[in-house]
Amino acid sequence: MSTSSRPAIKLPDRTLLLLVPGIVIVLTLFLYPFLFGFILSFLSHQGPNLGNYTKFFSTPFLSETIWTTLWISLPATLINIGFALPVAFVTRRHRFQRALTAILVIPITLGTVLIAEGLLTYLGPQGWLNRLLLMLHISTSPVHLTHNYWGVFLSLVVSGFPFAYLLLLSYLTGIDPALPQAAATLGASPWRRFIHIYLPLLIPGLAIAFCLSFVQAFSVFPSAVLLGAPAGPTRVISIAAYQAAFEDYDYPMASAIAMVMAGVQLLVVALALTSRNLFYRGPTTGGKG
Amino acid sequence: MGFFVLNVLALIAAVVVDSFATTWLGTWLPAGFTGRWYGSAWTEFQLDNVLMVTVEVVFAVVAISLLLGIPAAYAMARRTFRFKRVVLLLFVLPLLVPPMTYGIPLATVLYSLHLAGTINGVILANLVPAVPFVILVMTPYIEQIDPKLEAAARVFGAGTFRLFLHVLVPLLAPGILAAGLLVLVRTIGMFELTFLTAGPDSQTLVVALYYTVFAAGVRSAQSIDAMAVIYMVATLIWLLIALRFVNPTQLVTRVRQ
Repeated sequence: MSTSSRPAIKLPDRTLLLLVPGIVIVLTLFLYPFLFGFILSFLSHQGPNLGNYTKFFSTPFLSETIWTTLWISLPATLINIGFALPVAFVTRRHRFQRALTAILVIPITLGTVLIAEGLLTYLGPQGWLNRLLLMLHISTSPVHLTHNYWGVFLSLVVSGFPFAYLLLLSYLTGIDPALPQAAATLGASPWRRFIHIYLPLLIPGLAIAFCLSFVQAFSVFPSAVLLGAPAGPTRVISIAAYQAAFEDYDYPMASAIAMVMAGVQLLVVALALTSRNLFYRGPTTGGKG
Repeated sequence: MGFFVLNVLALIAAVVVDSFATTWLGTWLPAGFTGRWYGSAWTEFQLDNVLMVTVEVVFAVVAISLLLGIPAAYAMARRTFRFKRVVLLLFVLPLLVPPMTYGIPLATVLYSLHLAGTINGVILANLVPAVPFVILVMTPYIEQIDPKLEAAARVFGAGTFRLFLHVLVPLLAPGILAAGLLVLVRTIGMFELTFLTAGPDSQTLVVALYYTVFAAGVRSAQSIDAMAVIYMVATLIWLLIALRFVNPTQLVTRVRQ
């Protein structure tokens, strides 16, 4: 990474020109719109001011979407990570691991829209799950799992759990097996090996996995509309942004909501990464070199 | 774990069974099976048009992102330069920021350029995550190739273009295939960006599916599910091919630390 050893004056490297098209794409299609949206968000009908932001935070219908979204996305992320960690740990050397990962990739690639449609059929009042619960006398009336909070929550688990699992699996397999083996020869039990060897080395990976999972869950959109109650309990912030842009055609307001969304995400990510540093400082993959 | 997999398979099975059902009300399995929903879904949702758009968008995105991404990945793999960290950050950011956040400002810009609502607009929007993705996936592949091979080709007078064509591309074939398939699968499934930038004539399969589920009640559930199955098959074929070449963790580990 360091370039300090290079001479200050040299012929321009033509190979670097290969970067130009890629950089142009990102600058024009990503950074420029983002900055454009940022500036646009400060424009309201009376000229440049904070109007859109004050409107957002003073209108409960808009500002409450932040809490609604956090209330769905944070528990879903924690559950996904919490379950993915032991499962990934147990299956990391399993002989069916490759088949298992292949099955788990399916929900990720099918995408949220298909998961929403599938859950509507599967979890609906007449769906297989409710039939099973009724047949086994676990419940006496159909459980309402669609068009409410739980529908969106479950869709986030279906799409988020495999994501967290695959991410943690790649971090776990990156840990040098010699380290826990050394601990084992010194008499550490499997539990102590997990607590004192794997977990500390995994904290950075866990933090990254948490951030990536959270960012995905926080921007939940299609399933919140299709599987939730988009007018009330699952009116997430993406819906507010979408409605501002394409139903009210208020692009400055929509940009402001998008910026708030990015801001909240960055805040949570920053918190997660800071708390990581409280546990451990070192390379993310840990133990490899 | 088994519980999770079982539920995922059940939800897929529910969609597939329903798509073949004549009527399915209040029983474990439908009253009878038929394939006619596929025919009606095809005409009702103008799937021939939607599929054409999907194929055009997906292949354009794969081709352009490979064409732009591989050279950039080469430069990232082989050179150190002053602002490399900044450039790397620039390529990582579009993958970290969720599409919904930058998709809305991007759609605004594309609308003001009269590009939104057209296939070109959809392709442009989908390039935003695809190009950096190719760069990040390809960089480690290129790093693995011995620079001496390139030096040898240079000694014999190969220019950069011929070097790419005759030395790097054949050596990189598995990596290019992997990156291309991953971009393909991700673009088929990319909902937000396409949704925000597409017009009525430039919807891809996933967006069309969203609209039909959104307007459910008007259509029969079976024909919606028939469409969902078509979408599922379109994705799964490529996924199965991809899994022969790619480690599944690559699908999610977008950022190599």
